[in-house]
Amino acid sequence: MDTARPGLVEPKPEPPSWTLRVRQQIERRLPMDHLLPDRQPYYVGSWVYVFGVVTIAALGWVVVSGVVLAFMGPQWWHDSSLGRFVNSIHFWSVQAFFIFMVLHLWGQYFMAGWRQGRASTWLIGVVIFGVSILTAFTGYLSQQNFDGQYIAINAKDAMNAAGAGAFFNVLNFGQMYGLHVMLLPIGVIFLVAWHIVMVRMRGVVKPIDAEGATR
Amino acid sequence: MKSMQTQEEYYSGVRMVRYDLVKELVLAVAGVGILVLGLSVVLSSPDVPPATIATWALSDPVDFQTTATNELAGTTTSAAYGNPYNTNGPGQSWGPIAPQKWFGTRIPIDSANTFVIQPLQRAATGNTDLLAQLDVWQKASPDQQGKWTAAYTKALTTATVKDGQVTVADGDYGPLPVMMTNLLGLAQTGGLDGLLQVNGRFYQTDYTPSLVFMGDGAYLPGLAAQANLTGNQWGMMNETGRYPGQTWLWLYTMWYQVPPFNSPTGFLGISSANADLGIIILMTLLTVALALVPFIPVLRDIPRWIPIHRLVWRAYYSPKVRS
Repeated sequence: MDTARPGLVEPKPEPPSWTLRVRQQIERRLPMDHLLPDRQPYYVGSWVYVFGVVTIAALGWVVVSGVVLAFMGPQWWHDSSLGRFVNSIHFWSVQAFFIFMVLHLWGQYFMAGWRQGRASTWLIGVVIFGVSILTAFTGYLSQQNFDGQYIAINAKDAMNAAGAGAFFNVLNFGQMYGLHVMLLPIGVIFLVAWHIVMVRMRGVVKPIDAEGATR
Repeated sequence: MKSMQTQEEYYSGVRMVRYDLVKELVLAVAGVGILVLGLSVVLSSPDVPPATIATWALSDPVDFQTTATNELAGTTTSAAYGNPYNTNGPGQSWGPIAPQKWFGTRIPIDSANTFVIQPLQRAATGNTDLLAQLDVWQKASPDQQGKWTAAYTKALTTATVKDGQVTVADGDYGPLPVMMTNLLGLAQTGGLDGLLQVNGRFYQTDYTPSLVFMGDGAYLPGLAAQANLTGNQWGMMNETGRYPGQTWLWLYTMWYQVPPFNSPTGFLGISSANADLGIIILMTLLTVALALVPFIPVLRDIPRWIPIHRLVWRAYYSPKVRS
């Protein structure tokens, strides 16, 4: 027969707190074995699945080369052979990033990757595509060479026609450079991280079933 | 998968196999690294030096003077542009949709003053002849100014160039020959590149006046045409040299090459005159449609009709494996 002994405090359940609730949600929805899985369904074997990870790899090279270029300043790569080489890495990794991203997009489209609760993952992917285009565009405008000059002159009419030119002045190097090296990359990296978390939370979608449901 | 369903529930009954995510990422970083480093070593990257107002004035002094005269006449692209630079043009619109007008003149450019009068006034210190001719210009009536610019523009079509100096046939051009000779000389020394950036502050990062002025001339667009960079050459998709440009803009630049966007007469109020606005609206709608594919019948069903997924998930659809 248990009897309460004087001096001993009975354990009480933790009182609910915001911190506890957030932690419990994270632990439930994204445990470490989902974030870094060591097992996948047997049908995850196609090369199509590689397009996503190589897009992330290319983004890594874009960011690393971009950080070096930003650190050294916008003039450096025009005057230094090492700078030109780092700029070349930046240039080609951006090309690779877009090629892989488009392949990933088409792959996910033909796999109907948005099915079974994954529409928001698809939607964020499309937003990443759009923000990446804007980031690359500001990069082309920040080149300080003939390409940058003429792209600015050519693009201003579309921006002005859309009303955006009043706030987003493609002829203003300082504005384009600031957006390119700071705000837009933060946006891309944040959105990509969010996209990956959503993929890992929900796992890889099942094949289109025999009835062909794509919803 | 329902929102509250766990991955364990979702994959219930599905055979799981070993998989190394970190190894895949490391190999991808290495592989892409080898690819981009190799391309960088072999192909480098484009870097054609920028054009300057000085190179323009030295390479094509007649075009430079013609553009400057047209700025005074108010007949250049920028002089009649409309918002956000001025109110001299209606800007692009499609029915009631006129965003160019909605936000007003936020980057004011008075082409005659910004590109010609003010730089000459700044450079005229000690140059009594130029100061006197500027005074004549500013005191003349708009009608008289128009006659001078029309006559001088016409004379420039048969002008000759010797040692970088422009000579026109004799005529009544008022103060324009002195003004234009001084402006050309200023530009050829590189002085105008600096004067157009004067805004009362030491550091400069905004090249709007210089680029708008150069865009008004034929020199810079001519160089761009040689490099296949103009709008009707798929514009921003291209890059100088044999490098890929912003190839991901192919759909956007394609619209500029097809009707109604390249047609002077157009269709349903969209033509080459408001192609920029029409294409921006179209691309916005297409982007929204791409984002909403999961909810749009037909678009979301195409993957079922075209059995590419059967190649992707070959193992799943193989009767042997399924059994």
